[in-house]
Amino acid sequence: MSDVKKFLYVNRKAPYGTIYALESLEVVLIGAAFEQDVSLAFLDDGVFQLTKGQKTDGIGVKNFSPTFRALGDYEVTKLYVEKESLEERGLTEDDLQEIMYEDEDDDWEEKPSIRIVSRAEMADVMADQDVVLSF
Amino acid sequence: MATLHTVNKSPFANQSLLSCLNHVKDGDSVLMIEDGVYGGLAGSGLSDAVAAKAGSVQVFVLQEDLEARGIDAGRLIDGVTAVGYDGFVNLVAETDRTQAWL
Repeated sequence: MSDVKKFLYVNRKAPYGTIYALESLEVVLIGAAFEQDVSLAFLDDGVFQLTKGQKTDGIGVKNFSPTFRALGDYEVTKLYVEKESLEERGLTEDDLQEIMYEDEDDDWEEKPSIRIVSRAEMADVMADQDVVLSF
Repeated sequence: MATLHTVNKSPFANQSLLSCLNHVKDGDSVLMIEDGVYGGLAGSGLSDAVAAKAGSVQVFVLQEDLEARGIDAGRLIDGVTAVGYDGFVNLVAETDRTQAWL
């Protein structure tokens, strides 16, 4: 299958102030149907999309954060989160929700989808793609 | 395997240009468009950060967006080059991927 391309969705915006974050997730779910090699990058304010405990009843918009936990079912299992972006915002990995996937190549063992990477490693991830879609 | 990075927001309004500069690889190109062209101005608080990268990456601004904002090409940081829409197209065609820093 040489027609499989590496797609990276870059998320740099906080979840509810603009529509970018929700639109990104929608496009990821649509794109998942095309069986490409998909990764997601979360940096700058994009790391706020993955925090646990989001409750949006009071602001009248859909809380889409639980949807990230469904990505594994669509074989989207690589969520790169930039360490420096977390630290600049006073966050650690413990502030992020747990997102797991079942590895079909390893007896369906549950594994974490979130991969904390340095800024330099994030640059490497970006440079390794065929297509980069920014939100 | 080079990337063209586009930046379309003023660097004085948000962190997109700085984040871009923090993720570029040697040999990449950065093109400032729309309000992003303000990042090419010499003598600003961000000029040093741009100039520091202008050696290892090529930095461009879109001529039409400069003109629209009344910025003369002589006001650009040394090492920052103005290109037209044709130059924009060439950059897209010459690089392996394009990444927008929105």
